[in-house]
Amino acid sequence: MAEQARLIDIYIMGRRCQVPEGLTILTALEYSGYRMVRGCGCRAGFCGACATIFNFLHDPQLRYDLACQKTVEPDMCLVQIPYFPARKATYDLEKTKADAEKIKTLYPDIVKCFGCNTCTKTCPQELEVMWFMTDALRGDIKAVAEKSFDCVMCGLCAARCPQGLVPYNVALLCRRLYGRYLSPNSAHLDQRIAEIESGKFDAEIEELKKADKKTLRQKYTGRDIEPAHDQAWE
Amino acid sequence: MYPAYLEENIHLVEDKRVRRLIEVIPRLGEDEKEALLRGYHPDYIKSSMRKLKVGINKGDATPVELADLLEGNSRIDPDKIDPSSPDYNVDVLVIGCGGAGASAALLAQENGARVLIATKLRLGDANTVGAQAGTQAADRPNDSPAQHYLDTMGGGHFENIPELVEVLVKDAPSAVKWLEKLGVNWDKAPDGSMHELSGGGTSIRRLHSARDYTGLEEMRVLRDELKNRKIDYIEFAPAIERILDDKGQIAGAILLNLETEELIVVRARAIIMTTGGIGRLHIQDFPTTNHYGATADGLVLAYRAGAKLIFIDTMQYHPTGAVFPLQILGQLVTEKVRTLGAQLVNANGEQFIMPLEPRDIVTSAIIRECRERHLGLKTPHGESGVWLDAPMIDVIRGAGTIARELPAMVRQYRRFDIDITREPILVYPTLHYQNGGIKIDTEGATNVPGLFAAGECTGGVHGRNRLIGNSTLELFVFGRRAGRAAARYAKDVKRGNPTLEHVRHWQKELKHAGLAGERPLSPKILPNYARTTRGHTKLEI
Ligand SMILES: Cc1cc2nc3c(=O)[nH]c(=O)nc-3n(C[C@H](O)[C@H](O)[C@H](O)COP(=O)(O)OP(=O)(O)OC[C@H]3O[C@@H](n4cnc5c(N)ncnc54)[C@H](O)[C@@H]3O)c2cc1C
Ligand code: FES
Repeated sequence: MAEQARLIDIYIMGRRCQVPEGLTILTALEYSGYRMVRGCGCRAGFCGACATIFNFLHDPQLRYDLACQKTVEPDMCLVQIPYFPARKATYDLEKTKADAEKIKTLYPDIVKCFGCNTCTKTCPQELEVMWFMTDALRGDIKAVAEKSFDCVMCGLCAARCPQGLVPYNVALLCRRLYGRYLSPNSAHLDQRIAEIESGKFDAEIEELKKADKKTLRQKYTGRDIEPAHDQAWE
Repeated sequence: MYPAYLEENIHLVEDKRVRRLIEVIPRLGEDEKEALLRGYHPDYIKSSMRKLKVGINKGDATPVELADLLEGNSRIDPDKIDPSSPDYNVDVLVIGCGGAGASAALLAQENGARVLIATKLRLGDANTVGAQAGTQAADRPNDSPAQHYLDTMGGGHFENIPELVEVLVKDAPSAVKWLEKLGVNWDKAPDGSMHELSGGGTSIRRLHSARDYTGLEEMRVLRDELKNRKIDYIEFAPAIERILDDKGQIAGAILLNLETEELIVVRARAIIMTTGGIGRLHIQDFPTTNHYGATADGLVLAYRAGAKLIFIDTMQYHPTGAVFPLQILGQLVTEKVRTLGAQLVNANGEQFIMPLEPRDIVTSAIIRECRERHLGLKTPHGESGVWLDAPMIDVIRGAGTIARELPAMVRQYRRFDIDITREPILVYPTLHYQNGGIKIDTEGATNVPGLFAAGECTGGVHGRNRLIGNSTLELFVFGRRAGRAAARYAKDVKRGNPTLEHVRHWQKELKHAGLAGERPLSPKILPNYARTTRGHTKLEI
């Protein structure tokens, strides 16, 4: 495919390689003969396995991104981070209270944040990492959950934090607390679970299970379809 | 950014929006669907399939890429490994850690088993993280598990195993609740009612989502819980062979340390296979949405241990894979885009299929539009595709909907200077899901004593075509059931002497069929995308 494309120079861990323009960092590595073991997961920007650091031959400023999503550029010097030893607190969610104190007990270091904003500048998902860390410090769990929601847990924020904080794990704790304790309860879900346990639907399902293909097909084609669009949109 | 000739065509798409706003494309009748499938669905290309010559499914047809591996040679030499001196000794070994593996491990531990997880890449590097659209559960008042049952059977062309579907739909609401109790953040209204969408082939809105990061949200919570519960795991250690005992029961597995290339022997009373899908085999050269490790290893290992497979002749090609830009070729454009109101449009700016037909139907329609009617569009790299008119979503539901509901998609396209709130997306079918797999019962048990399985590597629940949102659901329903059942089994089983005799037997059978020399080593473990430069041979060091 890319054989006709213009070739550009990139530097993989210092070694010069020529690759067609338009490849992602991940496919450029493969084009250069590397078979990935670490540093490659979903290949689609969802799993955070492919955290990458790079700069340019004539610009030492470090940059960060996901190798599977970032397109290579001329004179890029790059290396992948196969693993980063970040701390994760262990806890029993059922016995954990959703409050500021708990977050500080599990991650006492968060008070050490001095607001350098490196985490935010590092995040390949462009999340406001420093702001949600401030929210975590204040105990605003909902705000952390919302602001950190799109985190793919690539770990770059932790790798770069000069104070050794682990924003992505702090955020995960907050989201779990939010989901478990603070999000509004879904009464219709509880009710349905109770109905199923009481056997309310058993007879109807039993009948469907026994039905021959022809009857099923008739029921299927004749079923009502709820319109996808006129839903109560907030 | 699109090249000029595509920009030009986009104007046509925009001009026809007003008309398309009021237009209703009727659903196809069952006969029309059948004809469309037969004419255009990749499963119906006879030359792409081959009948298996060895093993318990002998005579069954399956894509040649999978057939090669199922008939493959073992990677181990049974004479060089002593299965009776293990490196690990556990009750339950979970192989693979996506949503199914994590659920199974948690429940096995809860039921008193010593659990070890062995996984090919990192914990949670799996198809599960890629799931964007959502998870089905019939919990709204106007919905019912019976309705969910009917939708699922219809989507699967009525060939699904009824008992499995029954369990799927009845366990669904409690699976959603289980995840919430573990801290999953579902999209909800302030009064607590779930924000649910419809999907291809569902008659009622019942997709539970977490923005368009549903699988990621499910997976990161489960992974965190595995760590909180201190369940042992080994990463970068795929299973490459099974150990049986002299009674024909599961007795463990051989793992490969991908970095040191050492073999690891695990003794286990029961195994739960949760190895996921097949996309990286690139059946019929299709690109895929699947993660790097989706190479059908579980099917191969189970098959060699004598487990029965079903529906292995049917793959799911997701109708909307990205074809432009090249960097994201084959990656998923979630069905949620259509769920929210985006339409499929050809080069004339016209719709050619109701966008929420089941997946196999929409896929066939897109292939017909490009191949037969020549109404697709060509990308600069020579791929064909049709438009998925995303901006319609904001037209229908109001400005800001796309940004709120599809942050991952917006982000992905923005990297390539395409604003999906204003411009349509070019799509073509991509290999997405393996509909069939290891045959299980309602507890995840297979025909091999001690071998359990759950998730995408199993078959039966979805018949010949899976509906959106039923796969992630299946992980939690059957993952948990298999975990529980395996732990109970492990308590009671009377163990025999571990052996690798079945591997010798398998190799003999291959030789006998004249295949040993022709077939590759399997399981495949990882695809090889590394380009070998200028034909130089690689040196073993
Ligand atoms: C991009 C995408 C979007 C999707 N969207 C949806 C959706 O919206 N709704 C829905 O319901 N479904 C969706 N699906 C389908 C669904 O996500 C998957 O079918 C499901 O997550 C599979 O889960 P699993 O646990 O069975 O397998 P996986 O999540 O794939 O996990 C398998 C695990 O096994 C490991 N493994 C493989 N081989 C070995 C081996 N030999 N030894 C050890 N470990 C091994 C893998 O590395 C991986 O960790 C989507 C799938 C994809 C790819
Ligand atoms: S490989 Fe998953 S985010 Fe890049």
